[in-house]
Amino acid sequence: MTKNVMIVGVGGQGSLLASKLLGKLLVDEGYDVKVSEVHGMSQRGGSVVTYVRFGDRVYSPVIENGEADFIVSFEKIEAARYVQNLKKDGTIIVNTQQIDPMPVIIGAAEYPDAIIDEMKAKGVHVDDIDALSLAQQAGSAKACNIVLMGRLAKYFDMPKEKWIAAIEKSVKPQFVEMNKKAFELGYNF
Amino acid sequence: MKELMIGNKAIARGLYEAGCAVISSYPGTPSTEITEEFAKYDDVYCEWAPNEKVAMEAAFGSALRGKRSACCMKHVGLNVAADPLFTMSYTGVNAGMVICVADDPGMHSSQNEQDSRHYAIAAKIPMLEPSDSQEALSYAKLAYELSETYDTPVLLKMCTRVAHSQSIVEVGERAEVVKPYEKNPQKYIMAPANAIKRHPFVEERTAKLTEYAETSGINRVEEGDGSRDFGIITSSTSYQYVKEAFGDSVAVLKLGMVNPLPVRLIKDFAEKVGKVYVIEELDPIIENHCKTIGVDVVGKDKFSILGEFSQKSIEAAFEMADKTVFALDTDIPVRPPMMCAGCPHRGMYYVLAKNKLTVLGDIGCYTLGAMPPLNALDMTLCMGASVSGLHGYNKAGGDETENKTVCVIGDSTFMHSGVTGLINIAYNQSNSTVIILDNSITGMTGHQQNPTTGYSIKGDPAGKVDLESLCHSIGINSVRVVDPYNLEECDRVVKEELAKNEPSVIISRRPCVLLKYVKPKKPLHVNPDKCKSCKRCMKFGCPAISFRDNHAVVDPTLCIGCGVCAQLCAFDAFESEGE
Repeated sequence: MTKNVMIVGVGGQGSLLASKLLGKLLVDEGYDVKVSEVHGMSQRGGSVVTYVRFGDRVYSPVIENGEADFIVSFEKIEAARYVQNLKKDGTIIVNTQQIDPMPVIIGAAEYPDAIIDEMKAKGVHVDDIDALSLAQQAGSAKACNIVLMGRLAKYFDMPKEKWIAAIEKSVKPQFVEMNKKAFELGYNF
Repeated sequence: MKELMIGNKAIARGLYEAGCAVISSYPGTPSTEITEEFAKYDDVYCEWAPNEKVAMEAAFGSALRGKRSACCMKHVGLNVAADPLFTMSYTGVNAGMVICVADDPGMHSSQNEQDSRHYAIAAKIPMLEPSDSQEALSYAKLAYELSETYDTPVLLKMCTRVAHSQSIVEVGERAEVVKPYEKNPQKYIMAPANAIKRHPFVEERTAKLTEYAETSGINRVEEGDGSRDFGIITSSTSYQYVKEAFGDSVAVLKLGMVNPLPVRLIKDFAEKVGKVYVIEELDPIIENHCKTIGVDVVGKDKFSILGEFSQKSIEAAFEMADKTVFALDTDIPVRPPMMCAGCPHRGMYYVLAKNKLTVLGDIGCYTLGAMPPLNALDMTLCMGASVSGLHGYNKAGGDETENKTVCVIGDSTFMHSGVTGLINIAYNQSNSTVIILDNSITGMTGHQQNPTTGYSIKGDPAGKVDLESLCHSIGINSVRVVDPYNLEECDRVVKEELAKNEPSVIISRRPCVLLKYVKPKKPLHVNPDKCKSCKRCMKFGCPAISFRDNHAVVDPTLCIGCGVCAQLCAFDAFESEGE
């Protein structure tokens, strides 16, 4: 049975490392894995999405409407943008950080502040977490991605140690301790 | 060893294992990583060429000399390289040569959605089309075998999803291949007398390759274990979507070689199943071939000619059950890509927009200047077209346009094909003002070196084109350099150059803020007592500035302290640390 995880956010937020970490972990576990993202324009502060699929045999590299078991969103309205991809019994982990898109910056649109409440009211299983604060607590705002991976690990049927081993292999030696702390803060939130 | 790799990296690995010794390319999404990954190997030569035509001819020269070579480009790059492509089909190769071309269905990062398979047909060159990373690696190796066996360059066609999706590959060892060079004018000098004799060779080669397509196994039938009411012919990433939607329940003819296409194989497949569907992204290449050979198929009547497919497009076409989805009532504001905080292009664009100039644009990050709030661009067509287009615009417009029209082109794009347009401006003397946005890198595709940066693909010191001298030597007498962080200077120089009755070039020079050697300054902040809420700074479109509680605020995590907003503010509300 193929499992589907989407990682969504804003270009430059570090979702690439998160998908790299997850992909490596799943390959080491012996799964067939596909990880798909689109490079190019999305690097310039646009909305970015990465698909991670794993199972016995994975064909399509993309995740469509109603197919995601998990969505990890690095930003509030990006969660709302992709919630249609979530399965009815899926879980969406949302970093409560707000990053204004250009239409909001120039006053052409309003940032929908209450979007998480609306998702919850619609019956979406939302796990909202202030990952930015936790990352800062761990030592760097940049560790936000690892906080969120820690939170995702909570839902995975896989020993925590394997995630930590994957972190040790994926980040520079001088940042290992800080990232491990970030992972724990997300996991135990 | 098993490894997770994007398709492009897998191609680089396949080329490497096949003994490819030289790659020359021009970057272009979604093809760029093939060359970048290949450049990481030590015992090979790899370069960024100024454009795709130069790259392809360089790779041809290496193959002629007897070393396996490749060139890589995006679909529109193949337009630039089409000239050598068509005649290389006639000359054939000595050592093998592979041309990697990456299409972009859905136009994630492209100006059109053209289908490269037309080139394979038109140039009569075989084309392989992998559907995942493992095939990307294997087909890259196979491409060299075909190239040398059939004496032809081979096209290896990617699409965005195969190029940028990671899947598991098994890597192997490298094998060196060197062929002796022998002078052979009848084969390599394509003057009419020789070319006339080579054309029949090309036709015979296609016949032989068609036989290969029938029998070699690169095109394979998967019988499936379900009903035979219908069967599907497909290739590339569409194959993955078909398998996702149907699993093994349907018979599939999976094509790995899309030119030339088999005849018997398709007819035999069609006889075994009821209805035949052809599922291919973009143009009906396989569909039309089937119809030409008398096989009745359903293709574009049921599957779109536009954009990318997914399992959803197939499930919808076959009326399979919809998956339930959450729908929200609130409209979510779009989040388009934009120029970064501190982007040096922004200052120049602000000046151009403020002066209400007509601006002919080009291909690169700076195309984002077309977005609100700057809305600074009037036209973007293809690489280099801003400069040549400006010449024609001014020749047609004369006095009515010359003093209020400019073009903008990046440093890499100027090297690619802007310089020839500037030669035309100088030679045929149009009163045009060309602005080169020199950010010292090829930005949009993710920071590749180019002939103006002074560094090679490996980051080693390299030759460096001096833009000022180049413009002078072409015959442009008025060449000015401005700092786009200085709005007053940009405004003054743009006005002065537009007022002149001669061709002129303004070089707007400041390195991309994302370059590692560019050290950000301390972020600015807004003094709320000084901010009069005039929103003038919001017209600048800096992502680090937003409006909260009725005054401007600066996001310190994004601001790099360029200080351009401080020049805009009439009330000195933007302050640097310590003020």
